[in-house]
Amino acid sequence: MTVFIIRRLSQSLVVMLVMSFLVFSGVNLVGDPTEIFLNDEATEEERQQTIRAMGLDKPWYIQYAKFLGNAVQGDLGKSFVYSESSLGIIAERMPATFELALAALVLAVIFGIPLGVFAGLKPEAGFSKAVMAGSILGFSLPTFWVGLMFIMVFAVMLGWLPSTGRGETASLFGIQVSFLTLDGLQHLFLPALNLALFKISLVIRLARAGTREVVHQDYIKFARAKGLTTRRVIFVHLMKNIMIPVVTVLGLEFGGLIAFSVVTETVFAWPGMGKLIIDSIQTLDRPVIVAYLMIIVLVFVVINLIVDVLYSILDPRVRLQDVKA
Amino acid sequence: MSEAIESSGPAPAAGSVGVETPFRRFVSDFFESKVASMAAVVLGLIVFIAIFAPFISPQDPYDLAQVSILDAKLEPGTKSMDGWTFWLGTDGAGRDLLSAMFYGLRISLGVGVMSGIVAMCIGAAIGLAAAYFGGRVDTLIMRIVDIQLSFPAILVALILLALLGKGVDKIVIALIIVQWAYYARTVRGSALVERNKEYIEAATCLALGHNRIVFRHMLPNCLPPLIVVGTIQTAHAISLEATLSFLGVGLPISEPSLGLLIANGFDYMLSGKYWISFFPGVALLITIVSINLVGDQLRDVLNPRLQR
Repeated sequence: MTVFIIRRLSQSLVVMLVMSFLVFSGVNLVGDPTEIFLNDEATEEERQQTIRAMGLDKPWYIQYAKFLGNAVQGDLGKSFVYSESSLGIIAERMPATFELALAALVLAVIFGIPLGVFAGLKPEAGFSKAVMAGSILGFSLPTFWVGLMFIMVFAVMLGWLPSTGRGETASLFGIQVSFLTLDGLQHLFLPALNLALFKISLVIRLARAGTREVVHQDYIKFARAKGLTTRRVIFVHLMKNIMIPVVTVLGLEFGGLIAFSVVTETVFAWPGMGKLIIDSIQTLDRPVIVAYLMIIVLVFVVINLIVDVLYSILDPRVRLQDVKA
Repeated sequence: MSEAIESSGPAPAAGSVGVETPFRRFVSDFFESKVASMAAVVLGLIVFIAIFAPFISPQDPYDLAQVSILDAKLEPGTKSMDGWTFWLGTDGAGRDLLSAMFYGLRISLGVGVMSGIVAMCIGAAIGLAAAYFGGRVDTLIMRIVDIQLSFPAILVALILLALLGKGVDKIVIALIIVQWAYYARTVRGSALVERNKEYIEAATCLALGHNRIVFRHMLPNCLPPLIVVGTIQTAHAISLEATLSFLGVGLPISEPSLGLLIANGFDYMLSGKYWISFFPGVALLITIVSINLVGDQLRDVLNPRLQR
């Protein structure tokens, strides 16, 4: 286990390094960020001054070395737009994104597992067929359009739920969260459901496939033969065994949720990291783009590690040493 | 079996005349499923609309002489100043929404299919090379594929477009870079199986060149899974392009795909004018669903392990 974690960590480090180089050199090729800060009448001298102030006059490898040195110390450069630490700006918006992604994950489990298990237990029932058809739809529906339709129906036509922002937030361990206030919960529900839609379909499919496979196993037959109630067989014997693929995939998909929150946050004006990156791309705010990417890579590396460890706890047959990283 | 085919109606290969070629068998297998047949018909219609949009649209939505701002934001079914009907209403600039959607479909489908084909060619070539040469080449290529696939497509595309800027060519490039890895992995998987078969050994013994063996002998046998992945990926590409255009990092305003039409409608939605976003979204949804259904059926038909 320790060996595995050490090996994985060193591998992750290489990935981070390669990504930092790719991202940095990629972003370095983009247009000319000085244009944003200078008006058309700026003299050549002013231009040079700005370039020097931003450190853009040095060769790229010096810029990169400096960037890397600073990054290790947790300094990913100052935002051109906000004139603050880009890492700080992202950290400020991170809780909103994580809250949204976690809420979506919870919704995916709450809706997905019961529906999937039901569809797996009674595959011929009309309701099961409807659920499966719905899950195909869930895969095909473009997230942003569903978000718009949610706003249309629930905010504009029915007026039940608000459509923009986070609402009132409460402080939890010093982090501002929405789900502790009623107003915040109302604001959270639509974006979270929108983000969760794809994952709900995924969980339904996984749970259904798992159920159909597990139901015919000997230990289920044995549990029934022992005279256990159907409820106990389903909730203890069956659930435990379908959870392995569900947990793995959901863990891996958590990164996807964070990436896809870019779309949901834009639609619902949710003040998270995703909205920030879209704004930053539009203003060519390079330090923020770079910092966002590095953080996303880090998040992915950590998620993958956690999933692998969780996997081994849930399924003792898996030996971590054998898992290919 | 022949009865089942005849009862399924629109199967073109229903007649049992002639020899059973692999293609005929494929066609009759494909149309066995009613849902898939319907999806294929719908998809055919969509492709037809996309290709012939200029000839079947009631209006050329980008000809300023035909568009009147006085017709802006009309509800579906209202009559225009000239007496004909806007079946799906008009958008903020007074364009007939149905016509705008036909043109949008053309762009969405064009971008999706073009990027899909190029990505398939590049991915297939790289995947074949990885499987054929093996060893270090294989390890290196597959490591790159793994790393790329560990990041969500939308994120990679978003960053690429941030670097490249807007434009049809840019978004096609971004979609190709996002997609090639899927094709490479698929082809490598089936090529690894094919590589150890006798006919490849025979070809090697005949001292045929690498290119000939890879492209004339291995590639044709790796095609079925490639076609399946290609269909599904094209649907993904269309959806991704719409999303990116909606976010304002995809196509420029001058190339209004379905995604941009939806984005334009966003501004009017809060005042209750739902149709500007709603109908293009429905068109997008129908396109994606029908491609996915056709892809699912292709997977079942082309998979030899599921041969009935």
